[in-house]
Amino acid sequence: MKKIEMICIVCPMSCHLEVEKNDDGSILSVTGNSCNRGDGYARKELTNPTRMLTSTIKITGAIYNRLPVITSSDIPKGKLFEVMKALASIEVTAPVKMNDVIVTNICDLGIDIIASRSMEKVN
Amino acid sequence: MKHFELIIIGGGSAGLSAAVSAFENGVRDILVLERDKELGGILQQCIHNGFGVHTFKEELSGPSFAERFINLVKEKHISYKLNAMVIHLNDDKTLEYVSPEEGYNVIKASAIILAMGCRERTRGAIAVPGYRPAGVWSAGTAQRYINMEGFMVGKKIFILGSGDIGLIMARRLTLEGAEVKGVAEIMPYSNGLPRNIKQCLEDFNIPLFLSHTITKIDGLDRVSGVTIAQVDESMRPIPNTEKTFDVDTVLFSIGLIPENALSEEANIEMDPKTRGPKVDESYQTSLNGVFACGNVLHVHDLVDFVAEEGRKAGIAAAKYINSQLEEGRFVNTLAKKGIGYIVPQRIHPVNLDKTIELMFRVTKQYKNVEIVIKNDDEVLRVIKKKHLAPAEMEKVILKASDVALCQQTLTIEVVEEVA
Repeated sequence: MKKIEMICIVCPMSCHLEVEKNDDGSILSVTGNSCNRGDGYARKELTNPTRMLTSTIKITGAIYNRLPVITSSDIPKGKLFEVMKALASIEVTAPVKMNDVIVTNICDLGIDIIASRSMEKVN
Repeated sequence: MKHFELIIIGGGSAGLSAAVSAFENGVRDILVLERDKELGGILQQCIHNGFGVHTFKEELSGPSFAERFINLVKEKHISYKLNAMVIHLNDDKTLEYVSPEEGYNVIKASAIILAMGCRERTRGAIAVPGYRPAGVWSAGTAQRYINMEGFMVGKKIFILGSGDIGLIMARRLTLEGAEVKGVAEIMPYSNGLPRNIKQCLEDFNIPLFLSHTITKIDGLDRVSGVTIAQVDESMRPIPNTEKTFDVDTVLFSIGLIPENALSEEANIEMDPKTRGPKVDESYQTSLNGVFACGNVLHVHDLVDFVAEEGRKAGIAAAKYINSQLEEGRFVNTLAKKGIGYIVPQRIHPVNLDKTIELMFRVTKQYKNVEIVIKNDDEVLRVIKKKHLAPAEMEKVILKASDVALCQQTLTIEVVEEVA
């Protein structure tokens, strides 16, 4: 049996997790989490780590030059830079509404890129 | 002179939450004064997610969190002014502000809520030797440039300070194609949330140099390099521990200070530890009818707690306007061994509903200790803690009936020797 300590990154609570692994690598128990999501995080992090990605894209006709965006769900950690590269060529024009889908199925991940905020058209 | 029942200085998370809450508690004549060109405050540049877990029971990006509150303010037709900067707050509750549309204006309020937030400490605050080239930024300014204005700040970066803004910017700059060569932290531990150490540094193999500081910044026109050194227990650089990095940009993320120029001018009593006003259980400052909430009161880790404080200050201001806040006997709170500060600093038991929440921070990292809360000399509560850190604000909820028994001082301390 092997004990692994990890920090849960699901929310800012940053719970200190203890994961017990069997000798065959399978996960025996997760403790230290304040909610169920901590358990899920620990199991996922040790098998297929994923992250939410937030970034910005170019917007014209708005109060600022950048529109903040977020992935509709977490994406494999190894795909972060590929998605960043894809976002670099995306351009939108104001107005945009919060939660508008900006890109569907980015990089064939089955994940959409969503507007984090509304931006009205300004002159 | 135009009069309002309630004026809120600052349209960020604290001010917007306070406005919504005051409205929901019956106040209609409200004005929010915001100096930026839109509402939302600092959240608009905090594009990362993790906001709202407590307030909305879901994880939002900063701009989404802000927009929810902005929508509430607009739905309730609460009036606000943009580009309106308060330049003087007077102890008769008159406010002087300037804006491009109106020029100079004086207005008066029955109640005022201070929600000005905080500002970043700069390079000047810690006197880093070296030249004064371009490429030295406070982390938050760089964040605004990248996330809102759309300008990249550099290609090869070094960051001083491992608070959350520094960590978040290390990840952000890396994702945008910059090379973050390292983060130095003068303390032997990081002041950022542990989850940010993991997902902002470890995920990208960015080294964290604990007990290190910058001893030299090179470059005449533009930063050309940075030298760091290990520090001893008195935080003095240790000779021959220097490391040099080839960078064009240095970010400082070395702490936040409540922005209280207005409060100080109005002679509001300040707490030297929080650097914010001293407040009571109703978030009322020493100036009658003036309340404070959010980062102007004390620097928070989570916006959810800022919004919650705004909500409570809004309720209290509504009570004040309806003459429902009482004065009279109060109890002081006192931070003893191991405790950096406590908010609120005084409690009028008569104004408590059923409970009171005390917020405090420890002065250093602790493991397996007890937090002991005492009414005068009598132990009221003992809380066992596996892990305590200055970066993580602690909260405790006490019963109003217990606090009412306190004669003079309610103390909190850390007890290390667990019997």
